[in-house]
Amino acid sequence: MDYKYFPHTEDDLKAMMEKVGVKRLDELYAQIPESIRFKGDYDIPRSASEMEVRQVFEKLGSENKQLTCFAGLGVYDHYTPSVIPSLLQRSEFLTSYTPYQAEISQGTLHYIFEYQSMMAELTGMDISNASMYDGTTACAEAMMMTVAAGKKVNKVLVSGCLNPNTFEVLKTYALHQGIELEVLPIRDGTTALDDVKARLAEGGCAGVIVQQPNVYGIIEDFTGFADACHEQKALFVIDSVAADLAVLKTPGEWGADIATGDGQSLGIPMQFGGPYVGYMCCTEKLIRKMPGRIVGMTKDNRDQRAFVLTLQAREQHIRRQKATSNICSNQSLMALFVTIYLSLMGKQGMKEAAQLSYAGAHYLCDELLKTGRFSLAFDKPFFNEFYVKYDGDAQTLYQRFIEAGILGGVLMEEGFLFAVTEKRTKEEIDNLVKIAAL
Amino acid sequence: MAKVIEGLYYSESHEFVRVEGDFGFIGITDFAQNALGNVVYVDMPEVDDEVTAGEEFGAVESVKAASDLYSPVSGTVVEINEALEDQPELINEDAFENWIIKVELSDKSELDSLMDAAAYEAFCAK
Amino acid sequence: MNNRLYGNLIFELSKEGRKGYSLPRNNYGDYKIPETYCRTEEAALPECDELTVVRHYTNLSNNNFGVDTGFYPLGSCTMKYNPKINEEMAALPQFQNLHPLQPEHTVLGAKALIILLEKSLCALTGLAHFTFKPYAGAHGELTGLMTIDNYHRSRGDLQRKKVIVPDSAHGTNPASAAVCGLEIIEVKSDAQGLVDLADLERLVELEGPNIAAMMMTNPNTLGLFETRIPEIAKLIHDCGGLMYYDGANLNPMLGACRPGDMGFDVMHINLHKTFSTPHGGGGPGSGPVGVREGLQECFPFVSPYQGNYAVMMRAYAYILSLGRDQIRNVGPLATLNANYIKASLKDVYELPIDTICCHEFVFDGLKDKSTGVTTMDVAKRLLDYGYHAPTIYFPLLFHESLMIEPTENESKETLDGFIAVMRRIAEEAKTNPDEVKSAPHTTPIGRVDDVLAAKHPITTFRQLQAES
Repeated sequence: MDYKYFPHTEDDLKAMMEKVGVKRLDELYAQIPESIRFKGDYDIPRSASEMEVRQVFEKLGSENKQLTCFAGLGVYDHYTPSVIPSLLQRSEFLTSYTPYQAEISQGTLHYIFEYQSMMAELTGMDISNASMYDGTTACAEAMMMTVAAGKKVNKVLVSGCLNPNTFEVLKTYALHQGIELEVLPIRDGTTALDDVKARLAEGGCAGVIVQQPNVYGIIEDFTGFADACHEQKALFVIDSVAADLAVLKTPGEWGADIATGDGQSLGIPMQFGGPYVGYMCCTEKLIRKMPGRIVGMTKDNRDQRAFVLTLQAREQHIRRQKATSNICSNQSLMALFVTIYLSLMGKQGMKEAAQLSYAGAHYLCDELLKTGRFSLAFDKPFFNEFYVKYDGDAQTLYQRFIEAGILGGVLMEEGFLFAVTEKRTKEEIDNLVKIAAL
Repeated sequence: MAKVIEGLYYSESHEFVRVEGDFGFIGITDFAQNALGNVVYVDMPEVDDEVTAGEEFGAVESVKAASDLYSPVSGTVVEINEALEDQPELINEDAFENWIIKVELSDKSELDSLMDAAAYEAFCAK
Repeated sequence: MNNRLYGNLIFELSKEGRKGYSLPRNNYGDYKIPETYCRTEEAALPECDELTVVRHYTNLSNNNFGVDTGFYPLGSCTMKYNPKINEEMAALPQFQNLHPLQPEHTVLGAKALIILLEKSLCALTGLAHFTFKPYAGAHGELTGLMTIDNYHRSRGDLQRKKVIVPDSAHGTNPASAAVCGLEIIEVKSDAQGLVDLADLERLVELEGPNIAAMMMTNPNTLGLFETRIPEIAKLIHDCGGLMYYDGANLNPMLGACRPGDMGFDVMHINLHKTFSTPHGGGGPGSGPVGVREGLQECFPFVSPYQGNYAVMMRAYAYILSLGRDQIRNVGPLATLNANYIKASLKDVYELPIDTICCHEFVFDGLKDKSTGVTTMDVAKRLLDYGYHAPTIYFPLLFHESLMIEPTENESKETLDGFIAVMRRIAEEAKTNPDEVKSAPHTTPIGRVDDVLAAKHPITTFRQLQAES
C-alpha cells in the first residue's frame, strides 16, 4: 500500500475495513471463484521510481532518430506555436471529463463551440460536430452517413486517388455494414466527372467520396460533381487536409454535403501516429444525421448565455442500437489544440502558412526537375505535396536521404511523394536536392 | 392518468389511428408524449412514401429519448403535419389532436388486429 | 475552479489587423497560388494578439472542473489521478517528432515501447496479443466485435450475427454491435443483479448457431462480480460463440482476477480509465483490443498507424511506475473505497442490492422519496459543494440510478467529506427541498434549458450572429 498514488495509511485501512465489515482486504473478493482468482505476481517489472522511469524513456528515446521531414501522406510536419502546449497542460482542461454536467464544464463547452465554428468556416459548411478520432474514421463515418441518409441504397463510390490508409479503413467499416464500395478509375492522377456520372447512372449509390488535395497532392477540379450526385439523390463527400482549406476552394463552395478530414495539419505534432483529430462538417439539413457530439447555445436559469451538449438523442447512450454511430468520445483536447491554433494563426496567419507551404513545395519541385533526374508523374496542379518519378533506384536514394538525417518523402511505385511545409527552410530543401542530384 | 379517446385504434407501441373513410390519421398517444418529455423534433416521411404495418416510418425526439414510430397500418402517405416542423411541442400539448401523418389505407382489415380504447387503457395499466 | 462565469467567445475578442503568430519570411521565391484554385469567401477566423488568446483560454479553463480540482465519483469512468510523469514522458521530442512512416531502424525505441506495453497488458489480462489501433473505448468495442465477426467469417460460419448482452449493459454495446452489422439480444438480470443463468440457457437453446459472442463487463455495471462467469463462458463456448470483455470495469480486477482466466477471448481496455491517461474533456483516449492466441489474424484495420501513440506512452509510464508490486493494490483499494462509501450512506440512500460490491455501486435515489427530490437534483446540489456528480440515470435497471466509483487514489478524508455532503443533501431534501431542486447555485452557470438547445440548435458563431 506504500506508494505515492495510494493515500491509505494503516489506520485508514483499519477504520475503513471495520466500517465495511471485513478483517482482510482479500475478503472483498470472496465472490471470485478460487479457480480463477489471480494469485502471485504479474509478469511485469517491479515498480520504478520516477527517476528510473525517466531513464527507461531516455534510453528508448535514444533509439529513435528525429529526421528532417519531407514526408506527408496525411501526416505533416507543421509548426506548433509555443502557446499551445502550455495551455493544453492546464489541468482543468487536461484532467476534466466529458462535459455532461454543463454547470461545471463551461470551459470545455465554450471551446468546443469555438472549434465547431472555426471548422465550419474552414470547410465552408453550415455545421460541424465536436470532432472525431481522426480523418480516416471520420471518412468512414461519412460513408455510413450517406447510406443511412439514403433510401435503400448501399453503394458508395470512392475516388481512386484517396489516401490508401483512408481507403483501408473505409473497406473495414463497409465490410461489416454490408456497404459496397466501388473505386473510380484514376485518370491522369485525378477523378473524372464522366466516370462519376456513368457509375451514378447505374443506380443504387448513396454517396461519392473524393479527396482534396488527393493522395498525389493534386488539386482536383470538382466542377459538376455535386450536381451529378444530387441529380441521382446521392450525397457528395470531400475529404480534405484542414490547413490547405485556408486558401483552397472549400467543400462548401464545391457543393459538398459532408466534409471530413484530419486536423493534424493544424500544428499537431506527428507523435508517431496520434492522437490527431478528425473533423466532420455537413449542411444544415443533415445535422440530425451526423454522428459525434454537438455543442449548442442556450440560456441558463440565471438568463446567462451558456453552452450544452445537444441533440444527444442521436447518441449511443440514449439511442443504443439505433444510434447514428457508436462514438462516445471526441478528441476533445485535440479539438482544443486546433482551436487555439486557429485563434493564434487566425484569418491571415492560416493563409500565410499555406502560401509558404505551397511556395516551398514548388521550389523543391522546380529544383528537383532541374537536376534532370526527376519528372512530375502527373502534369497537374499540386498544393504542397507532389509525386515525382526518379530515373534511378528510388530505394537507394531513399536510404541516402535517411543516412543524411532526412525523411525523403514517401516511396512510391516510380519515385517519391514529397511534402513541404512552412517548417522546411530553403537550406534544408537545397540540401535534399544536393543529395538527390548525386 | 393518460388520456385515451374512444373510437380510435391503438398499437402496443403507443401509436393511434383515427379513421376517416379510406384515410387514417396516425400519431402517438398521450401516454407516449408524457413518457418522452418535451418533444424537440419529429422526423417525418415524405408525401407519397409507402408505410407498412409494424414497420418504422419516422421518429419522435425529446432531449432524453428518441422513439421510433411504427405504423399501425399499411398505405401511402398523403399528408404530413407540417405544423410539427416548427412546433414539435404541439404533440405534448395535445397528442391526439396533433397527428403526424395522414395515410390512404391499403388494407382496412389490419384495423382488426389493433386495440380499441378499453383494451389500450388496460394495456397501459399493466 | 472559478465560480463566476467567463462568458466570452474568442470571436468577440477579435479585431481586424491583429496577429497572434510569427512565421518566417518566404525565401523560396515568388510562387503564388492561382486564383482559380482559391476559395472566394474567406474563413471568418478570429484575429487576436497572443496575450488575448492566452488570457481567453486561461479564463475558460477556470470555468472547468478536473480531477486535479476535486473528486469525481463517476461510476464506470474510473476518474483516477493523471500522474504528471506520464505527461513529461509523452512530451519527449524524441517521440513527439517521429513521422509514423519513418523506416523501422529509425524508430526502434518507439517500436520497442509498443512491444513492452503489449507484454505488460498481456500479463495483466491473461490474453496473448494486443492491437493498439483503436482510438477510444467505443472504437475498441467495435474493433473487438469486428475481430469476432472476422473470426466466424474465416471459418465460413456466416450465420453468427447475434450478440448477447446483459440488460444492464451500457449504450455503447448495442451501438457498437449495430455498426458492426450485428444484432443484440438481451439476457435478463436476476434479483441479485447478475446475469440470469436460466435466461441465458434459454437464449442459447433458442439461438445457438446464430450467436457470434456474448459481450459483458465483469464486474458488471452494478459493480457486482459475476460469480458464475466460468459457467457463462462455458455455455457460450459450447454453442460456438466467443466471449467479449468490455474493459470499462477492469480497475477492480487489478490484483484480483484476469479476464483471460475468466474465460474471455477478446477484450478492450480503456487506457484513459484503468491506466491513468487523462480524459482531456472527452478524449483523446485509447482502446487497445486483446485476444487469446489464434485470434490475432482477425484484427481489422480500423486506423492507419499505432493508434493514439502518445496516450500509450502515458499508460506505459504508469505501468512502469507501479510495477508488479504496486499494481496489485489498485483493485483492492478501489474496492475498499467503494464499499466504504456504500456502507456509510446506505441508510439514507436506497441500495437495491446490498452485497459487497467491487469498485462501484448503484443507489436508486434517496431512500425517502416523499420529498420529490430526484437523483438529478442530488447531482446538481453536489456541484455546489465542490464535487462532480456521480453517474446518473445509468444503468437503466433503476429509475433513479446514482452510480458511484471512487478510485484508489482518493483518501479517507476525501471520502468522508463526500459522505458528509451526501448526508447533508439528504437532510436538505427534507428540510429545504426547493434549494436542492433548483441547484446548483454557486457554480458559474445554473441549470440550462436543454429543450431550447435541442429544438433550435445554434452550433456556430455564424449562426449566433445570424440570430441577433
